[in-house]
Amino acid sequence: MIDVDIEQQLGAFALAVRFAVDAPIVGLFGASGAGKTSVVNAIAGIGKPGRGSISVNGTLLFDSAQRINLPPDKRRVGYVFQDALLFPHLDVQRNLLYGQRLCPPTDRFIDPARIVALLGLDGLLRRGTVTLSGGERQRVAIGRALLAQPRILLMDEPLVALDAPRKDEVLDYIERLRDDLRIPMVYVSHSRSEIARLADAVVVLTHGRCTAVGDAESILNDPALTSPADRYDDSSLIEARVAAHDPADRLTTLVFDGGQLLVPLLDALPRDRVRIRIRARDVSLAIGRPIDISILNVLPGIVASVGARTGPSVDVRIAVGNGALTARITHRSLRELDIEQGLHVHALVKAVSLDLRD
Amino acid sequence: MQVFGAHEFQIIALSLRVALVSMACSLPLAILVAYALARYDFPGKMLADAIVHLPLVLPPVVVGFALLVLFGRHGPIGSVLDQWFGIVFAFRWTGAALASAIMGFPLMVRAIRLSMAAIDPRLEIAARTLGGSRLWVFASITLPLALPGIITGSLLSFARGLGEFGATITFVSSIPGETETLPLAIYTFTQVPGGDAYALRLSIVAVVLSLVALAASEWLTRRFATPADDRR
Repeated sequence: MIDVDIEQQLGAFALAVRFAVDAPIVGLFGASGAGKTSVVNAIAGIGKPGRGSISVNGTLLFDSAQRINLPPDKRRVGYVFQDALLFPHLDVQRNLLYGQRLCPPTDRFIDPARIVALLGLDGLLRRGTVTLSGGERQRVAIGRALLAQPRILLMDEPLVALDAPRKDEVLDYIERLRDDLRIPMVYVSHSRSEIARLADAVVVLTHGRCTAVGDAESILNDPALTSPADRYDDSSLIEARVAAHDPADRLTTLVFDGGQLLVPLLDALPRDRVRIRIRARDVSLAIGRPIDISILNVLPGIVASVGARTGPSVDVRIAVGNGALTARITHRSLRELDIEQGLHVHALVKAVSLDLRD
Repeated sequence: MQVFGAHEFQIIALSLRVALVSMACSLPLAILVAYALARYDFPGKMLADAIVHLPLVLPPVVVGFALLVLFGRHGPIGSVLDQWFGIVFAFRWTGAALASAIMGFPLMVRAIRLSMAAIDPRLEIAARTLGGSRLWVFASITLPLALPGIITGSLLSFARGLGEFGATITFVSSIPGETETLPLAIYTFTQVPGGDAYALRLSIVAVVLSLVALAASEWLTRRFATPADDRR
């Protein structure tokens, strides 16, 4: 449980943020300059808010009314920075153990061997930090923060300095930590896809204010919270379970409460929970069930709403079971097919356009 | 054959003692002052900076005279130290060390400050979030990363102490066996007939000592600079 209610003046920028969320991974989402880093800094005890209170899992870290302001070293808040900030005079192992050594043995609950295994660091322990790749540096930084035995792990855009394959690599490791350690995390990002992949609850920041709080699915599917910059990758999020694998065709069948989806073969066990992101521009609409087409996923649904026209295109929300998808179609198609609210349609999604790793 | 006479040996030993003691005693203060100047903005910072640098720009004789006035037996500081702690600087080797320390201080602070300013302050913040207290972070992160500057600064202070002349002779005079360091002795030998050979011998010693100090500092810098870089 993270409870933040702070006001802070940072030069000309005024931060006034208030939210309380209880989720394994909280995504802090917003454009750059929205105040995301200031919020995590306040939680970590870097810089003092003018007014307010911060508590994590019932422990009060800061309260201006009660004059409580724990110094960063007494907060037990793990912090992973944008650039790993490894100590250059220490090798990987000493970096990892820096915080653990400062934590009393009775408070330790995360074992170094487990972190080394989870983050795949065995080959790196004796290495200097200068020779590490960007992904390796960030993994060491995450391990170092966790071994300080924190109550909560803050990650401030940990992937922003990495190229796409490295991002994927580190995301995989963060998912392993989430599933294995059960330590609450705050994940800061301006990237919808990272937030979509990791977060259970999302806090949206805009210009120093908290503009929305809620579970990841509802927030990320809300078109009102989408900035023009990431409209191109607008997408819907579907929570699904693995039903079966077809090794011959290299496909996996997923079930969700609106039907089933075929996707390229996933590295997951049957019944595993997965989250699929479907880009609006990858969804087509048909009135009748089409025959003789290559598209494998044909989902019957009802038009829930028709968005405003932007340029040649328009976003149409389709209710599929209890879930929903957005289809981005041209305005001409909308007119020619007479698509309007309440119409029964079929949403068509190419299996090859669905990729968990995106 | 004995290379050095007892007198010469005494001069060399005294010089080394003065230079080493002045370096060692000014180091902790220089580290604190360098850290304050590198990391903090405080009222009067310009003034503090100017005072630290003063010995670098003042004629050394003026520094020596100021020391004589302040730290002499009857000076405002000297008399208190004498009465309360029994510490006397005037005309003692400790006075020579004090003069060397003050003349070397700006060089030492400059070198340490430069290397501290080059450390990303967020490394210290990261260490704080990992549970390190202010003091522990200073000892475990700041100091090791500033080590090249600390070594260079120490060498500069040591070399300055080995060569200090003006402030020393003004403050503590040139008393054989007590305050007569290498440069004072060389000067004295040049003033007496037939002393040139002694002056030359001692000058060669000064050159050798300086080279050894330089080599030692190079070696230390390489050894400790950023050990993580060299290991594979």
